[in-house]
Amino acid sequence: MIDFLFSYETLRFIWWGLLGTLLVGFAVMDGFDMGVGALLPFVARTDIERRVAINTIGPVWEGNQVWFILGGGAIFAAWPALYALSFSGFYLAMFLVLFALILRPVGFKYRSKRASRTWRTRWDWALFVGGAVPALIFGVAVGNALQGVPFHLTPDLRPIYDGSFFGLLNPVALYCGLVSLAMLVMHGAAWLAFKADGTVGARARTIGPKAAIVSAVLFAGGGLLVWTGLLGGYRVTSPIVWDGPSNPLRKSVVADGGAWLANFQAHPVLWLVPALGILAPLSAAAGFRAGREGLTFLASKLAVAMIITTAGIAMFPFLLPSSTAPDHSLAAFDASSSRATLRTMLLAVGIFLPIILAYTAWVYRVLWGKVSEKSIEQAGHSAY
Amino acid sequence: MANEKGLFAMFDPLLVDLSRLQFALTALYHFLFVPLTLGLSVMIAMMETVYVMTRRTIWRDMTKFWGVLFGINFALGVATGITMEFQFGMNWAYYSHYVGDVFGAPLAIEGLMAFFLEATFVGLFFFGWERLSARAHLAVTWLTALGTNFSALWILIANGWMQNPVGSTFNPDTMRMEVTDFMAVLFNPVAQAKFVHTVSAGYVCGATFVLAVSGWYLLRHRHVALAKRSFVIAAAFGLASSLSVIVLGDESGYALTDNQKMKLAAIEAMWETEDAPASFTLFGLPSLTNHDTAYGIHIPWMMGLIGTRSIDKQIPGIDQLVDKAKGRIRSGIVAYDALETLKQNGTDADARSAFTRHSGDLGYALLLKRYLEDPRQANDQQIDQAAWSVVPGVAPLFFSFRIMVLCAIVLLAVFAISLWHTMREEEAPRWLFRMAVLAAPLPWIAIELGWFVAEFGRQPWIIEGVLPTFLATSALGVPDLLLTIAGFTLVYSVLAVIEVKLMLAAIRKGPEVAGVIEGWHPGTAEDVALSPQAGE
Repeated sequence: MIDFLFSYETLRFIWWGLLGTLLVGFAVMDGFDMGVGALLPFVARTDIERRVAINTIGPVWEGNQVWFILGGGAIFAAWPALYALSFSGFYLAMFLVLFALILRPVGFKYRSKRASRTWRTRWDWALFVGGAVPALIFGVAVGNALQGVPFHLTPDLRPIYDGSFFGLLNPVALYCGLVSLAMLVMHGAAWLAFKADGTVGARARTIGPKAAIVSAVLFAGGGLLVWTGLLGGYRVTSPIVWDGPSNPLRKSVVADGGAWLANFQAHPVLWLVPALGILAPLSAAAGFRAGREGLTFLASKLAVAMIITTAGIAMFPFLLPSSTAPDHSLAAFDASSSRATLRTMLLAVGIFLPIILAYTAWVYRVLWGKVSEKSIEQAGHSAY
Repeated sequence: MANEKGLFAMFDPLLVDLSRLQFALTALYHFLFVPLTLGLSVMIAMMETVYVMTRRTIWRDMTKFWGVLFGINFALGVATGITMEFQFGMNWAYYSHYVGDVFGAPLAIEGLMAFFLEATFVGLFFFGWERLSARAHLAVTWLTALGTNFSALWILIANGWMQNPVGSTFNPDTMRMEVTDFMAVLFNPVAQAKFVHTVSAGYVCGATFVLAVSGWYLLRHRHVALAKRSFVIAAAFGLASSLSVIVLGDESGYALTDNQKMKLAAIEAMWETEDAPASFTLFGLPSLTNHDTAYGIHIPWMMGLIGTRSIDKQIPGIDQLVDKAKGRIRSGIVAYDALETLKQNGTDADARSAFTRHSGDLGYALLLKRYLEDPRQANDQQIDQAAWSVVPGVAPLFFSFRIMVLCAIVLLAVFAISLWHTMREEEAPRWLFRMAVLAAPLPWIAIELGWFVAEFGRQPWIIEGVLPTFLATSALGVPDLLLTIAGFTLVYSVLAVIEVKLMLAAIRKGPEVAGVIEGWHPGTAEDVALSPQAGE
């Protein structure tokens, strides 16, 4: 049993799942922070309203952002080839993401330090950029991964990116960016409806259902793009060796429009995932209207998780296909760390993730309750 | 861009230099904030502990006041840390592929064990005063401090491996380094020495900051009760930490590997091996062309004691280490040849056994890639050149190290004098507080130079003996690098100006107004609009 659990094949499969779990964890946890940032100019107009919106995430966004940092670290440790290729290949896009995310910690912390209106408005824009830009770019990145990215590997496995920054901004990828933005705006609105009292909460309840319906429609449209083959598809044509060395140059792959449906066709039960990707945002939209904030936020979490999982399942076992040298595509069976590292890291995750979830839950419980204009005024300087 | 004829093709040297420049800029900048976070988090936790034990509110006020300054600093530490986590993949893609199997794990565990802890609890530290009992809040503060310290542990385990790559081996099938013994990576002596040294340096930084700000208040007779107590805590904590930083300097790891020995020899500008115990050159002018150090002032025995913690072990000189490198280059060429054979025919048993015997020196053969395409064709002169390339810049290391040590010794004296005066009955003299204020920049100078000595001293390697820095970059264009360097410089400069202004304003304002810290009085034209109705 232990041998099976810790066989190279099982470890690779588990780590493929953990990669998805971390990405979903990031989108669910930090996603509502980004959504609140993107919504800030729209749900909150006066200073006190903006403070209400900001203080709903003030004490928690920092911990949430660690999901992003951990995502980077875990990809480095478990899928070093993916880490090396994606961040150097998407170089300028990644620079934009970092630029936007750097604005957030300082924006939250420094905004309230001065009462000047110009000062605060500037930081509000910084927080807007810090929320909206990454939300868009992460979707664009997934769109490019689905289509395949122009890269090849040299015989010593050096990744060489053959495209350009503007190549990343193709219409299909931008469409995926919109799916991501709409989804996280829905998620941010669901959080605000749940957590913010008064005007901010009310505006979130108006914007929320629209964003939720747009998410469902855009996501379903993405399905159509896959169906028509516009959103790529790749197929491994050589026998897959699940416990071989991590060398992506030892397989054959062909581009095959529609191949992203193959996993769903082979295991029809998987259709549940994209189905929930449409149904969950629709239920969130209904929840907003019915004023059931707790359920709405849950539905929104489910929607985010299912939309991302759909992309993961569609691509399995690919992590990042190459459009110019398909044989060099990175796959779950040939782009991982060594067995020893995967095992050590699984142990680390097994020990620390439950602890992290436990204390995170405790922190949210301590902070339970709505943030209102009155509570901000009472809190004085201990609020942002 | 890449030459794809042979294995391990080299890139444009300008790209390599720019990648190094960018890493140095972002790391040095990040490291302006991290040591203060390390030190302040622990000191704040100690102050709050006193509050919970005595319930005297002055200690809670101290915790909150230093907490505000901690928060301003922490935000930029987090912001600049985001860049660090992704920079390996962005600018050092081949490095990431080559050593990710080993180097990635401590980075990921840092996220799991440290970042989540500090980032989750730091929010409650600021927002939890009314929601938590005093004891629960104290626990939150300690957990935040613990998180920052764990973070230092794991990043230094990763960095220690770059200096002394234990527990791993090159796998020709995957063309990268892979873990063979994770425990060896974890308990790497270089990493342990670095951890103690760096964390102590962070504590010194926090203590100096508190000492200087308190001294400034005491000079002006402001917030005397708070400043006096803070001054004493800072002096005591600083004295203990600066002793630790000096006595447990990370030179103890310098006897372990060829590169570490080379670093020590370069720091010391020690060209020839001396009889043990070697003397320490207090000052001099090292010259790479003459292989000597002019006007040297030597202290007998001192270097032997620092470098080997003994009086009978020899410290090898630069010339001897270069000779040794020549031998390793020749051995590495055998490994390189075997690797090329294995690339053609993976089942060649002779090549595999030759590779296994010489793979520890493969990195040395790669040093030749700077001079010719195929290391197997290298002539004696090129091998000589490559062997001399293992000597890092002697003069910068020699002077940086001395300035760092000087700062540490001055700080030790400042803390000792401060503590001695605060222990006495009579009023402390004003020059004491002036000295404390003047000492403020010293820890940052020492810390930045310490980073420089450790990492510039590691050159030409990115991983000691395994991978030369010039092979490790991403396949990017020079314009990409110029754009991001300009971008980071711009953003970081703006943020630095804002942070320093906010910090100074918060200090000027003092503890009583801990939230909004600048004196914009309500009713000025600018602020009328801040009332709830005005913006609609």
